[in-house]
Amino acid sequence: MTKSEMAEELAKKIGVKKQQAEDIINIFTGCIINALAHGDKVEIRGFGSFRVRDRAEKIGRNPKTGANVHVPAKKVPFFKSGKDFRSTVNSI
Amino acid sequence: MTKIDIVNRVLEHTGLPKQDADIAVETIITLIKGALAKDQPVILRRFGSFQTRAKNLRIGRNPKTGEEAEISARNVVRFKAGKHFKQAVNGES
Repeated sequence: MTKSEMAEELAKKIGVKKQQAEDIINIFTGCIINALAHGDKVEIRGFGSFRVRDRAEKIGRNPKTGANVHVPAKKVPFFKSGKDFRSTVNSI
Repeated sequence: MTKIDIVNRVLEHTGLPKQDADIAVETIITLIKGALAKDQPVILRRFGSFQTRAKNLRIGRNPKTGEEAEISARNVVRFKAGKHFKQAVNGES
C-alpha cells in the first residue's frame, strides 16, 4: 500500500478530499519523525512504539572491493510492534 | 508522545472536529495493520515502510533461568525507516 492508496481509503472513510487525507497522513508521519528527531519516543496503543536506537561505530567492509571502512556511530529509528499488532499478523 | 498528541496536531492543522481527527488517526493505524495482515507491505515516502517477515521455529533460551524453550514459527512486523527519517534522527535535516 502506498501513501496515495492509503489517502484514497482514508478520504472515503472520513469523507474528505484525497488531498486533505494525504495531508493528514503527512501530519501523522511528520509527528513521529519530529518526536524522534527531538529524542522523544512515540507510543501508540494497539499499534506499537517508535524509539531511537544508538548504533555503535564499527569497521565495515566495502562488499565490492573488500576495503575496510569506518562506519561512525549513529542513531536509527526503531519500531516495536504492540501486542495487538503482533497478533494481527499471526491470525490465519 | 502518544496518539492524543498526534490527534491534536491533526486538528490544529486541518480544523477537523476532534472526533473526526481521532477517527482519521485511528483509520491510518487500522489501514497499516490491515495491509500487513494481508501480507501487503505499506510504503510511505519520506517516512519508511512496514512489512511482515516470516520467522522459522527456533530454540531460544530464557535469559533468566538459562532454560531452553522453543520459539514457534511466526510473522513479525518490520519497519524500515526512510532516508529522510534516518537523517532527521541524526540531526541532518
